[in-house]
Amino acid sequence: MSQMNFPTFKYIGRKRRVKEDRRFVMGKGRFVADIVPAGTLHVALVASPHPAARIVRIDVKAAEALPGVVKAFAGADIKADMNSMQHGVDAPNIDWRPLAVDRVRYAGEWVCAVVATSRAIAEDAAELVVVDYETTPFVIDPEEAYRPGSALVHPAHGSNILFEREFVWGPVADDFARADAVERYQVYWGRSSTVPIETFGVTARWNPGDETLDVWASVQMPKYQEQIAGALRLPANAVRVHFDVDVGGSYGVKRGLKQAVLTGSLARKLSRPVRLIEDRLDNMTGGDAHGPDRRFDVELAYANDGRVLSMKLRALDDCGCYPGRSPLQLGKPVGAIVGPYTIGSVAYHAISVATNKTSQVAVRGFGQAPTNYALETGIDRIARKLGIDPVEMRLRNLIPSNAFPYRIPSGSDYDSGDYQTVVKLALEKASYASLIAERDRLRSEGRIAGIGMITCLEPGGGNSAFEPLFNPKNDTTTWMEGCTVKVDLSGAIVCLMGTTTAGQGHESLVSLVVGETLEREPDGIRVIRSDSMSAVPSNSPVASRMAIMLGGAATKAAEIIRDKLIAIAAHNLGAEPSALAYADGDVSVADDPSRRMTWSELVTIAHRKFHLLPPGMDPGLQATNVMEVPLGGTLPTADGVVQMYPCYAFETHIALVEIDGETGKTTIRDYTIGHDCGVVINPDIVRGMIFGGVAHGIGAALMEEFAYDAASGQLLAGSFMDYVMPSAHETPTVKLVEYCTPSPHTSHGQKGAGEAGYLGAPACIACAVNDALAPLGKAAMQLPMRPSALEALIADARGLT
Amino acid sequence: MTEHAIALTINGTLYRATVEPRLSLVDFIRDVAGLTGTHVGCEHGVCGACTVTVDGAAVRGCLMFAVQAEGLAVETVEGLTEANGALSPLQDAFIEAHAMQCGYCTPGMLLSARELLADNPDPTEAEIRDAIAGNLCRCTGYGQIVEAIQLAAARLRQGAPA
Ligand code: FES
Ligand code: FES
Repeated sequence: MSQMNFPTFKYIGRKRRVKEDRRFVMGKGRFVADIVPAGTLHVALVASPHPAARIVRIDVKAAEALPGVVKAFAGADIKADMNSMQHGVDAPNIDWRPLAVDRVRYAGEWVCAVVATSRAIAEDAAELVVVDYETTPFVIDPEEAYRPGSALVHPAHGSNILFEREFVWGPVADDFARADAVERYQVYWGRSSTVPIETFGVTARWNPGDETLDVWASVQMPKYQEQIAGALRLPANAVRVHFDVDVGGSYGVKRGLKQAVLTGSLARKLSRPVRLIEDRLDNMTGGDAHGPDRRFDVELAYANDGRVLSMKLRALDDCGCYPGRSPLQLGKPVGAIVGPYTIGSVAYHAISVATNKTSQVAVRGFGQAPTNYALETGIDRIARKLGIDPVEMRLRNLIPSNAFPYRIPSGSDYDSGDYQTVVKLALEKASYASLIAERDRLRSEGRIAGIGMITCLEPGGGNSAFEPLFNPKNDTTTWMEGCTVKVDLSGAIVCLMGTTTAGQGHESLVSLVVGETLEREPDGIRVIRSDSMSAVPSNSPVASRMAIMLGGAATKAAEIIRDKLIAIAAHNLGAEPSALAYADGDVSVADDPSRRMTWSELVTIAHRKFHLLPPGMDPGLQATNVMEVPLGGTLPTADGVVQMYPCYAFETHIALVEIDGETGKTTIRDYTIGHDCGVVINPDIVRGMIFGGVAHGIGAALMEEFAYDAASGQLLAGSFMDYVMPSAHETPTVKLVEYCTPSPHTSHGQKGAGEAGYLGAPACIACAVNDALAPLGKAAMQLPMRPSALEALIADARGLT
Repeated sequence: MTEHAIALTINGTLYRATVEPRLSLVDFIRDVAGLTGTHVGCEHGVCGACTVTVDGAAVRGCLMFAVQAEGLAVETVEGLTEANGALSPLQDAFIEAHAMQCGYCTPGMLLSARELLADNPDPTEAEIRDAIAGNLCRCTGYGQIVEAIQLAAARLRQGAPA
């Protein structure tokens, strides 16, 4: 991958092996299931078969009689030991427990935990637990859940609405009045998720000697230790979450709060380590790891030249049973509500409702990918109506490159970009003209082929401003990240980060920016993921933020060390710091390079020779920085205007697809991406993020859905045989062109890349499918676009139904 | 449940144990032999995270019982690294191309790739995709995995020791 317009660095942006990879190819990763403290007990779960019911009786006698079983616990047995877990929206009466108490609220909800000396025995015993239920009314359809009179998921909450607000940013009514036409449509983003190959797992050990709880978890969750401690009524300095666990994929979903609260409470009760490693069925049904499930009603007001003036967007999201932070996934899109376009005003009606389904959790992009899909669908519909080429349609609406920083109606400033150039480069890379010729050739043979071309943004480095935006009782205005850098007596460098890592390459990131700053070889820098007691604050790798925030904090900590080395040299060389030059760790007088001190001399002084330190300087060579999000720190205005993200990466996707007229199966014949995430720190990592995001997006567009049977309330996908994810067959080779507009707000000009690919692929494929269906007079308005659905549309168009 | 005494080799080391007949091979490898490089993703034969080779053929460790491996030679990811700690060309190519992110699918992916290259030293991209289509990777989108296998194949053809 060659990046165009790229500033030059010593280490950053160059081909370099990723630090983490060696342990994985050796089979020496350390995943949660690999960590088994002595005496560990195992949990198996009994799950509710009903979408809603009263629990009448739980009989665990037969289960507990099985040899090897230690004890079986129902929700009522552990309730007294804990508080309800906390939600991210204002819903104080929604009691949230790891095991259901009195009532079950979705099919698959965990009712009873059986603890035994092995998982196999625990599973045998779980089958012997008898639960009597009295079923109650339930609701599966979110529009029905939203209407007055619906069955209530949480009667104590008083309604099924978890969050609802109507925002109006800018002169919406005026813009609609002056528009030439309005395009109205509905689209539906189906209930899919990230579904890592490793399920969630956690082991908790209570240490009675010092009254602390050790937690090893496959987790990616901000403020995990505080949330566990709060639920278990422990001081947070009694919970040690170990961050040196390798997480087998997350992309948002590895939250695992109820799992940690459950195992933590059982470990404390039994004074034994207790672990819960979800099997795939546990994970898909009761693991509370589904993603956004969203219906959009959109109105786009436009001029006859194709310019979109204003947008009205109603988004109804089906959150499933317990809200947690999930309704906030309607909040991230506020920070990029107009995408990369000059749309001047927006009305946004965001609604999150509870239904009797497995709970939703954060998914890659935190709600941005569905919103991008909804907007891009409309841009194409207008283009088709006006007879404008989809590329030309985007070019007429893209924010011009001389308009940055660009303030969008909802209050965020976009930092930098040159969208037109990225589009141009991508069109060249895709050979767009020959792609059109190929589509038309296929069509001339009677085949069903289409091209999708979309543009979208990846907001990165979020300051969590959607928390106060969505909950007036929450006045959070920082989403800080910290890093410590230490140079030891030998001159070796160790960096400490305070969160787990799930494949994003954080160790490589930190070693590269620290190596760049101190001009020391990155491969020799060790990066440690410490634990929640020894680490400085972190908010975990959410919101495409680690290159920006962890990279920024590590850079600043390294700069403090560099300044200290320069100060030591200045003192010993009798020169002003400003007269010195720093190179590769050595410091010399700029005008007289013969007067110099080496890295090792300076490090030795810091560690051993107090008499050579400048007066007042502390010994040692270590520094910590905790960084506030650039542009963050302010609360939203009363009408919901706020700066949300410091950085905005841009991407454009171009795809050629063909749909089999007999089976309805979509095949991707060609795929190109143009991408700009500012300065790329490690090119192989960014490439991988994009490719992986595209594959994930293909799944969301064409294959993956946690479908429910509305009549019975049962989840229809509980295995990889009915939740089908893309394999190497369904995933194309992606052509990629990288461009660079540095962010002015970050240490090296970087922006976020963790959600790349995924934010645009579903929209692109949907646009391509609809281009293919357009000659048949059909449109597919629902994801996933399964073969059965497309086949039905095609058959209908051909008069075969 | 009647237990059975079995003996099998893993990466050349003989393991003897008395196990329940329902114990899967991957659970034997992880829990009895203590080799945690082989992973579990679904336990129903779809994801391929548990892929090992048995007498040279790639199999899913979750779809085979340990008792069925009696007397057979199993190889896992730990067996790819030389006794002196050197990485095989395939492992090295996976690092060179950054053919992973979280590393969870990687051991299974490596064993499927090794089986392919043992049979077909010069595979096409389509043949590579075919060979790894039974191994799901949620992180990479497969692009860099395909590149890594192409790179390993080229290096092996040029005479790197297998
Ligand atoms: S764990 Fe064996 S195929 Fe998934
Ligand atoms: S590297 Fe994470 S699943 Fe493949």
